[in-house]
Amino acid sequence: MNLDSKIPEGPLAQKWTSHKFNMKLVNPANRRKYNVIVVGSGLAGGAAAASLAEQGYNVSCFCYQDSPRRAHSIAAQGGINASKNYQNDGDSVHRLFYDTVKGGDYRAREANVYRLAEVSSDIIDQCVANGVPFAREYGGLLANRSFGGAQVSRTFYARGQTGQQLLLGAYSALSKQIGLGKVKMYNRHEMLDVVKVDGHAKGIIVRNMVTGEVTRHAGDAVVVATGGYGNVFFLSTNAQGCNVTAAHRAYRRGAGMANPCYTQIHPTCIPVHGDQQSKLTLMSESLRNDGRVWAPKDQETAKKIREGKLNPNDVAEDDRDYYLERKYPSFGNLAPRDISSRAAKEACDDGRGVATTGLGVFLDFRDAIKRDGQKAIEERYGNLFEMYQCITGDNPYETPMMIFPAVHYTMGGLWVDYNLQSTIPGMFVGGEANFSDHGANRLGASALMQGLADGYFVLPYTVGNYLGEQGVAAAGQVTTDHPAFAEVEADVQSRIQKLMSIGGTESPRSFHKRLGNIMWEKCGMSRTKESLTEAIEEIQALRREFWSNLKVVGDADSLNPELERAGRVADFMEFGEILCRDALMREESCGGHFRAEHQTDDGEAMRDDDKFAFVGVWEYKGDDVPPALHKEPLVYENIKLATRSYK
Amino acid sequence: MEKTMNLTIRVWRQKNRLDVGKFAEYKLADISEDSSFLEMLDILSEQLVADGHEPVAFDHDCREGICGMCSMTINGIPHGPESGTTACQLHMRHFHDGQTITIEPWRAKPFPVIKDLVVDRTPLDKIIQSGGFITARAGSAVDANAMPIAKGIADYAMDAAACIGCGACVAACPNASAMLFTSAKVAHMNSLPQGKAEKDRRTLAMVTTMDGEGFGGCTNIGECEAACPKSIPLDMIAHLNRDYATAQFKNFFKPVA
Repeated sequence: MNLDSKIPEGPLAQKWTSHKFNMKLVNPANRRKYNVIVVGSGLAGGAAAASLAEQGYNVSCFCYQDSPRRAHSIAAQGGINASKNYQNDGDSVHRLFYDTVKGGDYRAREANVYRLAEVSSDIIDQCVANGVPFAREYGGLLANRSFGGAQVSRTFYARGQTGQQLLLGAYSALSKQIGLGKVKMYNRHEMLDVVKVDGHAKGIIVRNMVTGEVTRHAGDAVVVATGGYGNVFFLSTNAQGCNVTAAHRAYRRGAGMANPCYTQIHPTCIPVHGDQQSKLTLMSESLRNDGRVWAPKDQETAKKIREGKLNPNDVAEDDRDYYLERKYPSFGNLAPRDISSRAAKEACDDGRGVATTGLGVFLDFRDAIKRDGQKAIEERYGNLFEMYQCITGDNPYETPMMIFPAVHYTMGGLWVDYNLQSTIPGMFVGGEANFSDHGANRLGASALMQGLADGYFVLPYTVGNYLGEQGVAAAGQVTTDHPAFAEVEADVQSRIQKLMSIGGTESPRSFHKRLGNIMWEKCGMSRTKESLTEAIEEIQALRREFWSNLKVVGDADSLNPELERAGRVADFMEFGEILCRDALMREESCGGHFRAEHQTDDGEAMRDDDKFAFVGVWEYKGDDVPPALHKEPLVYENIKLATRSYK
Repeated sequence: MEKTMNLTIRVWRQKNRLDVGKFAEYKLADISEDSSFLEMLDILSEQLVADGHEPVAFDHDCREGICGMCSMTINGIPHGPESGTTACQLHMRHFHDGQTITIEPWRAKPFPVIKDLVVDRTPLDKIIQSGGFITARAGSAVDANAMPIAKGIADYAMDAAACIGCGACVAACPNASAMLFTSAKVAHMNSLPQGKAEKDRRTLAMVTTMDGEGFGGCTNIGECEAACPKSIPLDMIAHLNRDYATAQFKNFFKPVA
């Protein structure tokens, strides 16, 4: 597997500029001869589809929802980072770059992260121009808030709905191009495989989720922007439909899967209520700006709270353990996500958890309300407080919120080079679906930044460069009549038939739940060699059971949510094993990957830079054959590797 | 100790667009009051699957009240009895033991039923495609702070932009009018200085498309506002009417597009 990262020569700050200059261009009149396939309509996919169409390419865009406006980017709440330094508090491109690499626990590629920081300002300009109603000060200028893992105020926001507003911005640009006929939109279509011709990605096979029809689509390049794989844990903050199928199918066709063990557990989610739960709800991290996280100091007090015998408001100041402020005085409640999550788990493991399950800690706004008044807090977080009350029935203005960590984001994904091209030439990967920018841990408000950076400012250049290199004579030459399409379509069809015909007794959801349970218990917030070895065996056994005892009701040629889930769970079953293998291979703790064997005396993650400063990339070798590991060494020329400290 | 309830679910079953469709009734036992409404439907689905039946098809995705995918009329009210709440954010504590809950798809001519509770809402996308955008090609923007926007205007635009495009307003309206949806987008974009250049063109195009897609006219009934899970106010419709009148007037003398 060729893992040439294609990082341009020259000083860090000049790389992207000089790379853009060296790119092959496609003459505007020739662009309409090319077709580009974009899978996914979130921030990365939607923005890329719109931008490529604006440039003049013909684009086909696919999403599984009933409208491109519903992609899960919409659910991001807190904000989007940019190194504008509008607050005059010492921000710069270099600082954002540094914070992101450090936040990622030194497991991200320098050049990619620098480019991300570099275009971050352009994103804000672009979004404002598109009509995104960011929060403003009375003077009419843009407002900022601070976010975890940073000591400057660089986060732009639109109430608690930043993701929604940014997505609707990209969606409106995309809609314009759909209206103009430059983008052909396929709603309720799911990508089930990628088609390669002479080693290059030249198309995809999709299923129309309404009619069940399986169709072929050819293109000169394929962009995969299908989000993350958090739902491998069954319970996560992801939308119900989020899945790994597109990425996993690409992996099976030769795309490298990078760092799948880097999964982010978000510290501020609403605790689980029972075993009928279908998803976890995130409360924006921005709440930690004003809320103080605490757990009772002793187990006795915690027990009384759990049993409803003690009101948390009546717990004396001395009996509260504001553990983040205690352990990390300089970052306090704004310590990065991985660190905050583990600290919550520690408190609960210690028997000091609250909520009926004992799996919860408090996020208390009492002091903030006293300081700034309820009105100010309402302005900042009103919709989040309402959401919390709606779900739990508790009023967070009066009773402290309860939170617990939950799977939220996945830093790993398909391996890409500097051009965001996967190991399959012609197949580009953007947004959460790629591995490139967040290393082992993502900082808050950086997902939106990366999605839009990829979609608006990177892919439109690098895809064009690839098309330019292929030459105009090649444009649109491969059609769906090519035998490769028939072959892959037959594979897809036979897989659907297989899923439909097992005739067992257990539903796809039940298998999904069981898989998620294995993943969370044995490959969740804390992992060990032993737990991972067990997980791999258990997943393999579960997979065998799946293929012999699955029950899919309904038929394949109409809308069938059971069949959709079955296909996705089947891929999660394979993917989950790779994730565990990656976690087992990585004998160190870094970012979202915590191996209990590798920690300092006071419980902090212990990296091993000598042995593990590389990207772990997995290559598919066949069913029931372990995948092969390849390594892309991470070279740090501009940042000195250090132990991450937020103390 | 969590409380549970037993329920009778009366739900619309329709095989496909051409099928006539009818209500079916199912019993559900031991539903936790902490479950969400859609989790209750998940449990019903699992029960149906166990019995070898097809589960009830319904649209849903984020389950956080923001994606706008979930769409069902619960006991006669789009998204159910709690105001300002999507079906996915509705929790079973708002229902009681022994209750019969009736669930239907959005009922509106422009939204044909695809299956059970799933309807086709692409006409809403078409309204946006005709003008619900501010043209600014990627790469062409000036500095974000170059143009200060008064906080009041930005806040108003945000109020309007909170629309999640679920279509509850259409389902609630006796005329199946999409005025609240359309007006929210028009008000969002027309009120911002960036949106002024295309204001008249946008307003005319979106209203024309809305009418062309078969949505009814607005007769100021106000059901839309009551059903809207994001509490978009009727004022937005007034805003649209004003901008539409201005645009038509200008268009009469000199075509705006």
